[in-house]
Amino acid sequence: MSLLFYIAAVISVLSTLIAITRVNVTHALLYFILSLISLGTIFYTVGAHFAAVLEVIVYAGAIMVMYVFVAMMLNLGHATIDQERAWLKPSIWIGPSVMAALLLVVLMWVLKDTGAAEMAHTVTAAKQVGIALFGPYVLAVELASMLLLAGLVGAYHLARK
Amino acid sequence: MFEFVVGSPLNIVLILGAVLVTAALLIWVERRVLGFLNERLGPNRCGPFGIAQSLADVGKLITKEDWVPPFADKMPFIVAPVIVPVVMLLSFAVIPLAPGVGIMDLNVGLLWVLAMAGLGAYSAMLGGLASNNKFSLLGGLRAAGQMISYEVFMGISILGVVILSDSFNLREIVEAQHKHGWFVFSQFIGFIIFVIAGLAETKRWPFDLAEGEAEIISGFNTEYSGMKFGLFFVGEYIGMLLLAALIPVLFFGGWYAPFEWLELPNAIISGIFWMCVKTGFWIFFFILVRAALVRPRYDQLMNYGWLVMLPLSLINLLVTGAVVLAQGN
Repeated sequence: MSLLFYIAAVISVLSTLIAITRVNVTHALLYFILSLISLGTIFYTVGAHFAAVLEVIVYAGAIMVMYVFVAMMLNLGHATIDQERAWLKPSIWIGPSVMAALLLVVLMWVLKDTGAAEMAHTVTAAKQVGIALFGPYVLAVELASMLLLAGLVGAYHLARK
Repeated sequence: MFEFVVGSPLNIVLILGAVLVTAALLIWVERRVLGFLNERLGPNRCGPFGIAQSLADVGKLITKEDWVPPFADKMPFIVAPVIVPVVMLLSFAVIPLAPGVGIMDLNVGLLWVLAMAGLGAYSAMLGGLASNNKFSLLGGLRAAGQMISYEVFMGISILGVVILSDSFNLREIVEAQHKHGWFVFSQFIGFIIFVIAGLAETKRWPFDLAEGEAEIISGFNTEYSGMKFGLFFVGEYIGMLLLAALIPVLFFGGWYAPFEWLELPNAIISGIFWMCVKTGFWIFFFILVRAALVRPRYDQLMNYGWLVMLPLSLINLLVTGAVVLAQGN
């Protein structure tokens, strides 16, 4: 399980990096989908089976399908790739890279003192997730449902002729 | 190591082999049965009754030129056909065939199938997008719209089964039906919605608008040839087999015989026998549907989905939940 976790983690980090640096939007989306699937694998290795499958269903299977769908409708040709390439010049990368490296150092400093965690020490069943969601977190669930309803009504209003 | 325990190497090899051989045979079965239904013979030249037709097809597809159009987006173009067979085979891992026969006993098995079905949509979308061809793009758009719409109530329609059996585990769902009776009776609306949505999800007739030969040549796979096309094709048949195996597991008692006295003496042989009978019944049903129905218009498909199926599946879920809650008190 531990080995699986590290493989998935490496794939996740690498594919996210590649997703950011691609100039072709379809390729970037494909790497992002890969990153989400490897995130699902990470969830599985730490025992959150329900979250792992939901990660794949909701993010990789539904939201990213929407992104690819939009990319299909927009008819992005070579002009976009050239524009993207002009924006992502090597000199642009220096600032963000330095700041990200600093953040990484801070993160490693924090992680240095925490002890090694056991892999998959508790397997969380779907039922426990449901009980937690409709027990202590019921207010958050209701707020999220209101937000989604607002989004739905807004989309309906925009699409109505 | 070599015994019938879920996930043993023997199980994995046998199930993988059986699924691939059955999927190849299905291509011949479907063409032959469709032929008889249309009052013609169908492929009958290769081997006895034409049974080796799929072998001949595979030989032809592999030896064909493997062509990538120069205007295509190469990486997604090559990735797209691989996705659908891989995803469908991964889904098959959680299908319980008999007690102790299966590849994975996942406690979120039903969600795993839904997740894989969701990823399967990328195959047609990326194929259509990467081909850089107007017909392919239209096919890809149609496939994407259809699959994400029908996925929604495919998920909602089986929640009734989950409520009744109190589990996402497919083996526990089968055991629950052994105790409480087949879910096709208590979840009839859910069952109908699941079959229709499943047909749409596998892009089979009458929901094959993504390929629609009459209007958009062959839709998302217009530019594909050779084994790349073959992978789309085989993926579709594995998907059909998966759906035909999933319906008995969810609604028709899985590996248990309809009546106690019909059980064969050995539990494993009996289980596999009854799963094969039930799966075979649904495969023939899908072929009959293909011969009997006409393809709807795309707006009809969408309206039917969102205005009829979605409300029905939500009402079904609400009523099931209310009844279970009332009985619990």
